[in-house]
Amino acid sequence: METKKLNKVDLIFEHVDPRVILTKAFKMSNDDIINEVIESGLKGRGGAGFPTGMKWKFAAGEKSKEKYIVCNADEGEPGTFKDREILDRVAYKVYSGMAIAGKAIGAKKGVVYLRAEYKFLIPQLMMELDGFHTLIKDIGYNFQIEYKLGSGAYICGEESALFESIEGYRGEPRNKPPYPTQNGLFGKPTVINNVETLVNIVIIVNYGSAKYKSHGTRFSTGAKVFSVSGDTPNPGIYELELGMSVLEFVNEFGDGDTKAVQVGGASGLCVPRKLFASTIIGFEGVPTGGSVKLFNSTRSMYNVLHNYLDFFNEESCGNCTPCRVGCQQLLLGVEAVKKGDMKSSYLNELAKLADTMKVASKCGLGQSVGNAFNSILENFREEIIY
Amino acid sequence: MINLTINSKPVSVPEGSTVLKAAEKLNIHIPTLCNHDDLCVVGNCRVCVVEQKGARALIASCAHPATEGMEILTNSLKVRNARKHIVELLLSEHRADCTKCYRNQNCELQTLANAYSYGDHLFINLIKDHEIMIDQTSASIVKDDSKCIRCQRCVRTCAELQKVSALAVSGKGCNQKISTFHDRPLSHVVCTNCGQCIIRCPTGALTEKTQIEQVWDAIYNQGKHVVVQTAPAVRVALGEDLGYDPGERVTGKLVTALRQIGFDSVLDTDFSADLTIMEEGTELLTRLKKVLVDGDKETALPLFTSCSPGWIKFIEHKKPGLIPHLSTCKSPQQMFGVLAKTYYAGKRKLNPADIVSVSIMPCTAKKFEANRPEMRASGYKDVDFVLTTRELAIMIRQSGIDFRALETDNYDSIMGTSTGAGVIFGATGGVMEAALRTAYEIVTGKEVPFKDLNIVPVRGLEGVKEASLKIEGCKKEWAFLEGVELQVAIAHGLTNADKLISKVVSGEASYHFIEIMACPGGCIGGGGQPIPTNNTIRQKRVDAIYAEDMEMKLRKSHDNPEIIAVYKDFLGEPNSHKAHELLHTQYIERIRN
Repeated sequence: METKKLNKVDLIFEHVDPRVILTKAFKMSNDDIINEVIESGLKGRGGAGFPTGMKWKFAAGEKSKEKYIVCNADEGEPGTFKDREILDRVAYKVYSGMAIAGKAIGAKKGVVYLRAEYKFLIPQLMMELDGFHTLIKDIGYNFQIEYKLGSGAYICGEESALFESIEGYRGEPRNKPPYPTQNGLFGKPTVINNVETLVNIVIIVNYGSAKYKSHGTRFSTGAKVFSVSGDTPNPGIYELELGMSVLEFVNEFGDGDTKAVQVGGASGLCVPRKLFASTIIGFEGVPTGGSVKLFNSTRSMYNVLHNYLDFFNEESCGNCTPCRVGCQQLLLGVEAVKKGDMKSSYLNELAKLADTMKVASKCGLGQSVGNAFNSILENFREEIIY
Repeated sequence: MINLTINSKPVSVPEGSTVLKAAEKLNIHIPTLCNHDDLCVVGNCRVCVVEQKGARALIASCAHPATEGMEILTNSLKVRNARKHIVELLLSEHRADCTKCYRNQNCELQTLANAYSYGDHLFINLIKDHEIMIDQTSASIVKDDSKCIRCQRCVRTCAELQKVSALAVSGKGCNQKISTFHDRPLSHVVCTNCGQCIIRCPTGALTEKTQIEQVWDAIYNQGKHVVVQTAPAVRVALGEDLGYDPGERVTGKLVTALRQIGFDSVLDTDFSADLTIMEEGTELLTRLKKVLVDGDKETALPLFTSCSPGWIKFIEHKKPGLIPHLSTCKSPQQMFGVLAKTYYAGKRKLNPADIVSVSIMPCTAKKFEANRPEMRASGYKDVDFVLTTRELAIMIRQSGIDFRALETDNYDSIMGTSTGAGVIFGATGGVMEAALRTAYEIVTGKEVPFKDLNIVPVRGLEGVKEASLKIEGCKKEWAFLEGVELQVAIAHGLTNADKLISKVVSGEASYHFIEIMACPGGCIGGGGQPIPTNNTIRQKRVDAIYAEDMEMKLRKSHDNPEIIAVYKDFLGEPNSHKAHELLHTQYIERIRN
């Protein structure tokens, strides 16, 4: 499999002139924009990795007077803090990305759904937004963006739950199909993209898809902003080319004693030391919305798992059975095994339950609880039991 | 048409059909739980998951549309494993005290458990005994969260069908539950007590507050004379709880069963339904006269019916400004109750203090109504105990009565004779039809101009119905109504009711008389009726009601000889002073949330 050396790049935070980018984009035809995005191979940077260009194409194909562009800034995955940095430093690129998306699919309205805990950014973001609205008017284009604050629920990062929240309802996922591109915010065709994805659009327009693709691998093009945390001497935000192995990553960021890396936060996968060299960080290996957490040998993986399960136990919306009750059972189950109230073989039942949750839950939240659970259980079973 | 295969069998369904509907067409059974024909699709219980070839995750068949070329497997290993896990998960959050449960043997979770969960339970029991809190504050509804499996049928019922939203989802994850506003007790929220949530709850989490034991105590108390009244809708539904198909009429056997149980006198709410028509019809004509002749601005029109206590409480909570439009007539249950302890006591030379008045109702809101402080016009509690159709079925089973083998019998007298007009109170549009049959004849001296007295335009299960009737050939004293086009409207289910009265308030529509029943289908679809209830079953019960009407010798309330007698001997005339004291009531404004 194709792997890359660890390579730091500076595209996301690089300053560009939004007037130049937008003027360039608005001169392109809608199809050209969409084809350029498809050609770039850009996949959603929120973690799920849906091809962005295809999403736009579906939405552009829908006939509707009203369409929406929604920016998902409900950055809630444990260990992820890159959207906050992006909004703090280059919000104008996010707005520009939204306007370009709006042009491509025929939407005149955008909504940024901002995580409740990022409320402190609002004054600054609004000021920049005013500037952006002036600029876009000046260019002679019509696209209006507004902000909507979340209320603190992790589930509202799920796209359809996010729509429910914006519409004023309890944040619970909808049944799919219909998908957001057909029936999204207020029942209208909607493109919902992560903050970082939208900035990537600016990069693609600026440099062209060919140059964009020169970074990363065939399946994971471009670079990505990582939120590095845990047992590392250098925690922080790094923009790295996709496609490096976990080993490369650990060599750069580890403290010399890394025993496991959790890629993708609570809903991601745990990679143990023996798999560092053979695991690629990217869509062909372990995908991530940005969170990479390193654990050294002083950490109990039981505590790590318990912490994640505790998180899901609280943050499941409770709507569907596998997720609502499954999370409780996984948490109580590992506790019972640890205490000796249940036999260690009960972990096998729990692993099967986690598999059921992966296929039977209503939305991505419940479907990914099993990732962390099974990958930690597979590799650190003895730490869970003893 | 969409073509797909389910378990390798091809099937074609119209576009927009769900996978579940497609499977039904092939007679392939897929278990469901949160799904209910009356409600919107939520797909949250996941019991109905099936495998779609080529897809990573399973799909919820109740929520997923059938698409061209789909290949569905309903019993693959993946599906079986998931389904068993899901049922086990539901059981782990459900307090399964089945042998003591009100819903034992009529519980959808129990049925699923029988099919998919056997042997030891897989998972840890999540119910902590010391945390169990059962809300018994409501006069009508008992809410036991320890049996709740969060299917949200009750929430959807309350919001979609009734526009009340007394129940809502609160909390998330392990703390998610079905709650009331600020977790207040049910007695202190907007709940209308309609009980529609009860008949859609798949488990015993929502049940009526039963009074079976109190009724047995009264029956066994030698010093008490226990009278029982049976509502019109009970006779067309009771059979369902005793092994009959929906729509079977069991009136005669019902009377015999009540006698065998030990009630001293078996009487009929249909009688007081006829009485309601006399009072309410007169009230309507009086109001019309006040408005049309006297030009009285104080008199509110349209007149709203007041038979449905769920509807009354809805108005008191949500639109108290419309209270003047409500008829002041008590419901037939309460008219019966007050007469039982006055008129009946006098005729039978009984001390009203020794009379225990029991009613059998298709309704849970009637339990609340009987407890209203206004309902003591006789000097005693007018109706002592209210049992639902389901509770009566339990009493019949407890008595060891072989219901099918019973002889049929007739109601006792007095207050046991009725007309077809009283019977049709049980179906939506029935009160309207009964009122028109009488009012038209009072005004014109002629029968309503419909074949066999069947006023078809006001019948049926359409949510909102409108009709008009031109009044021609008036008697002298009603000359002011000559040529008037009487505009009427009917709604059932409080969401429909809300739509209708909103139109009235906004001035978009104007009527003289509006019939509202809180429950879909009217009383036959009441919250105290056998479970399950759905549109097919409601239609069968409605058909049975009209069949019962057609078989009655008397079809118009004012022809009822016992009604004529009660006015002659006791009340004087409709809307007389005495009638007002005993048969009319007033309403209050209640909290909005």
